[in-house]
Amino acid sequence: MSKIHVTTKVNGDEVEFLCDPRETMLDVLRDHLNLTGAKEGCGTGDCGACSVTVDGRLVCSCLMLGAEAEGKEIATVEGIANGEALHPLQTKFIEYAALQCGICTPGILVAAKNLLEREPDPTEEQVRYWLAGNLCRCTGYDKIIRAVMDTAADMREAS
Amino acid sequence: MALDKPGEDYEGRTSYTHVGTRVDRPDGLDKVTGRAKFGADAHAPGMLHGAIVRSPHAHAKILKIDTSKAEALAGVKAVVTRADFATGLEGEEWNVLENVMASDTALYDGHALAAIAATSSLIARDAVKLVEVEYELLPHVTDVDEAMKPDAPVIRAGQQSKLVPEGMHPNVVNYYEGGHGDMDAGFAEADLVIERHFTTEAAHQGYIEPHAALATLGADGKGELWCCTQGHFIVQKTCAALVGIDTSQLRVTASEIGGGFGGKTTVFLEPLALALSRKSNRPVKMVMSRSEILRATGPTSSASMDIKIGMTKDGRITAGKGVFRLQGGAFPDAPAGMAAECSFAPYNLNAVSIEGYEVMANRPKQAAYRAPGSPMAAFAVESVVDELCKALELDPIETRLKNASREGTKAAYGPTWDRIGLVECLEAAQAHPHMQAPLRESEGRGVAAGFWFNHGGETSVSLALSEDGTAQISVGTPDIGGSRASMALMAAEILGIEYENIRVTVADTATLGYNDVSHGSRVTYASGLATINAAKDAVGKLCDRAAQRWGIDPEAVIWEDGCAKPAGPNAGQFDPMPLKEITQRMGRTGGPISGHFEATPEGAGVSFGVHIVDAHVDRETGKTSIDRYTVIQDAGKAVHPTYVEGQFQGGAAQGIGWALNEEYVYGEDGRLQNTVFLDYRIPVASDLPMIDTVIVEVPNPGHPFGVRGVGETGICPPLAAIANAVSGAVGVRMTSLPMSPPKILKALKEQ
Ligand code: FES
Ligand code: FES
Repeated sequence: MSKIHVTTKVNGDEVEFLCDPRETMLDVLRDHLNLTGAKEGCGTGDCGACSVTVDGRLVCSCLMLGAEAEGKEIATVEGIANGEALHPLQTKFIEYAALQCGICTPGILVAAKNLLEREPDPTEEQVRYWLAGNLCRCTGYDKIIRAVMDTAADMREAS
Repeated sequence: MALDKPGEDYEGRTSYTHVGTRVDRPDGLDKVTGRAKFGADAHAPGMLHGAIVRSPHAHAKILKIDTSKAEALAGVKAVVTRADFATGLEGEEWNVLENVMASDTALYDGHALAAIAATSSLIARDAVKLVEVEYELLPHVTDVDEAMKPDAPVIRAGQQSKLVPEGMHPNVVNYYEGGHGDMDAGFAEADLVIERHFTTEAAHQGYIEPHAALATLGADGKGELWCCTQGHFIVQKTCAALVGIDTSQLRVTASEIGGGFGGKTTVFLEPLALALSRKSNRPVKMVMSRSEILRATGPTSSASMDIKIGMTKDGRITAGKGVFRLQGGAFPDAPAGMAAECSFAPYNLNAVSIEGYEVMANRPKQAAYRAPGSPMAAFAVESVVDELCKALELDPIETRLKNASREGTKAAYGPTWDRIGLVECLEAAQAHPHMQAPLRESEGRGVAAGFWFNHGGETSVSLALSEDGTAQISVGTPDIGGSRASMALMAAEILGIEYENIRVTVADTATLGYNDVSHGSRVTYASGLATINAAKDAVGKLCDRAAQRWGIDPEAVIWEDGCAKPAGPNAGQFDPMPLKEITQRMGRTGGPISGHFEATPEGAGVSFGVHIVDAHVDRETGKTSIDRYTVIQDAGKAVHPTYVEGQFQGGAAQGIGWALNEEYVYGEDGRLQNTVFLDYRIPVASDLPMIDTVIVEVPNPGHPFGVRGVGETGICPPLAAIANAVSGAVGVRMTSLPMSPPKILKALKEQ
C-alpha cells in the first residue's frame, strides 16, 4: 500500500513523515513521531485523551487523519512547557493533585490551555462545559476544575 | 489495643512532621509534561503488533477455526489459538485461560478465539477479518434472574460447588450464608416491616487507559513483559502458568497505570502477547480498543436482591434479611458473598440473615470494581432503611446512629468489630451544614452509609540508604493514586529525613519479593506498614553503627529527629549523629545499610463512610442532576489528605455514574449494544457539582500510624444515597439502577 508524504509543524518544529492513508493523527504522533503524550482512550472522539490543537483549534487527534496534517501547525502536551519552565496550568495541576492516575492529564491540559487562551476569565460552568469532552475517571473533576479556575485567576493577575 | 491518650498514635506520637502534609507527588512532573510511560507507550526494536479474533455470538460451539488466509497475508508473523497455551491447568488458572482464549465454546460476545501478530497494527486488524470461524449457535442467557430459572440454558455444567442448595440450576455455582439471632422473633417485635426487590445493572470500571502489553518470550522459556496492571506479581504468576514457563523466568514490569479500580487485577492481553512473541520470536505489543474493553474485560456483576427489614416506632431495627444474587459472567466468583457480608455491616443487629448466590450468564467474566459487591448491597439495604425512616417519620441519621455498629458489635458475617469510625462519620454528617441547607422544588436529599472490609495481603518492601544520606524505596504495588508520595511521607517520618530526599520506585518482579495486587484499599495500609517497618529495620542498623563508633551497647542508642542519640545519661555523653554522617562511613563500617520487611499484615481495619446528596429531577424529561454532594469517611489517619479527598471524590463520581446512567445493555441476540464511550456514558465535568469531603480520623489499631485504606469505601454509599434523594424528589421508591430518564418517567407515570 502506498504511503502519503506529509510535511507539517509539531510544537513549532518542522517534521516530515510517511503515513498510511488510514492512520490517524494520533497514530502518527505516537507511532511515527514518538510523541506519546497524547493518549488513545477510545479512538472514537469521546474521551479527549488524544486532544491536540491544529492551527489553534482544539481537536481529537484520533478523529483526524495523519494526511490532513499537511501544512498545519499541531501542538501537543509535549509543547506546553517552555524549556524547564512549566506552564502555570502544569504547576497548578501538581499542586492541586488534579490528577490521580494522570492518563487524562495531557488531554485536559491541552484543552484547558486552549480555553484560557480564548477566555481568560471563565466561570465554573464554562470550564465544566469546555472540559466536558475530556473524560477523567479518577478525580470526579473537582480538583481539575479548581486548578483551572485558580490558574486563570493567577494568570489574570500576572498579566 | 486501645489508644492510651486521645490524640496519640499507636506508637505514642502526638504529632507528625511529614505524615498529613500535602506534598507534591514524585510523578507529577512526568505526568503533566506527557513523558510518563503508560502501558501503550512502550516500543521495542523489531516489535510486532497483535490483534484478537473475537466471537460475535453470546454462546456458540466453535466447530472450526481456519486461520490459513490470515497467515497468508503479507506481514502476518504468527497466529495463536488455545492450542498454543498450557494444558492441564485447574481452578482459577483454568478459568483465566478459558476467559482470555476460548477452548471449544464461545461463552460471551467478545470472547477471544485467536490472536494474530503482524508487522503493523493495520495488517494485524486486516488479518483478523480473514480468520474464518464455524459456529454452532447455542441458546444464551444474560440476565441473572433468567439464568437461575429451571429452563435456562446451562452455560457450563459441572461448575456448581457443594455449598449450593439442592435443586438449583447448574448456573448457580456458589452459595454463601451467614447471620445470627432469631429472625421470626425479630420481625415479630417490629412495628413496621418493609420488604422489597432491587436490581442493579453491570457497570464497567471505565479506566481511561486501555489494557496494553509489550511481551518478549523466547524458546528458552525466558520472558519480559511490560504492562499496565494493578499487580505485576500476579501477572507474572498467572502468565507463566498460562504459557507454561517457570514463574521466575518471566520478568514483569508495571508501567504507569491509567486507572484500574479493580479491573486491572487479572490478565487479558498479556498471555496472548507472550504466546505470539514465542511463536514469532519477536517482541509483540498489544493494545485493546475501547469496544474490546467493554465487551471482553471484566465489568462488575449485575444484581438481583431481596431485602426485608423490621423497625420499631422509635427507630430500632429488630431484624434484617437480605438475599443477593450476583451474575459473574460465564465463570464462578461473582462477589455475592461479599455483597451479603457488607450489606448490614453498618448495623448492630440482634437478628440478621444474609445469603448470596453466584450465578453464571453469557457475559464476560466479572472483575473486581472498587469494593466488589458492597455498593449494590448498600443500595438495597439503605433504600429500605430510608423508606422505614420516612414511613415512621424518623430522622435518617438519628436512626442510623441509634442502630450503628461500634467497637464490640458482632457483624452479620462473624467478626466482632475492633475500633471503627461509623458513629463519628454519622455525627459529622449530622453536624454538616449540608444537612441544614434548604431544598428547592423537585429536589430530594438522600443519606446512606457504606462499608468495606479493606485488605492486608502479601507485601514486601526494601529500603536502601545512599552515602549522601538519602533513601530509595522499592515497593511492589503499582501506584494508582499517589501511593509513592504516601510511602515517602511515612518513611520520612521514621528516618527523620526530608520527603524530597526519598525516592520510591515500583520495582519489577525480578528485584523484589512477591506483592499482592494494588487492590482491597491495601496499598497505603500494607505497603505503608511494610515501608515503616523497612525504615525501622534500617534505623536499627544505623543505631548499631553509631553504637559501634561510640563503643557502647546498641540497646543504649535511640533514633530521634534523623539522628542516633545515646538513650540516656547512663549511655554516655555523645553528640547526636545524623543519618548522613553514618551513611557516609557505611562502606568502612560494615557495608551498605538497607531495611527490609516482608509479611502478610492482618490488621487492615474496616472502613465506613456516609454520603449526603441533593438530587433534582426534571419531571418533564426524567433527567436527574446532582446539585450538592458531601462525602464523609473514616481514613484512620490521612497520610496525604489531598489524595484521600481525591479517592473520596472519585468514588462518589463513579457511584453517580452507576446510579444514574451507566449500564450494560444486551440485545435479544446477547450482544452488547453499547460498546463505545458515547453509549456507555460515564460522568463528564458538566454532569457533576464540586464534591465536598470530610476526612474523619479514627485510628486503625492494626497500623502504627492508624491508617485505614480509603480507596473503595467511597463507592459504597452513593448508589443508595442517590436513590434515596431521587425517590424523595419524585415521590416514588426507585428500586432499579440505573435511574435513567426513561425509568424515572415510567415511575412518575405509574405514580
Ligand atoms: S482517543 Fe480520541 S477522543 Fe478518545
Ligand atoms: S486522573 Fe485518572 S483518568 Fe483522570
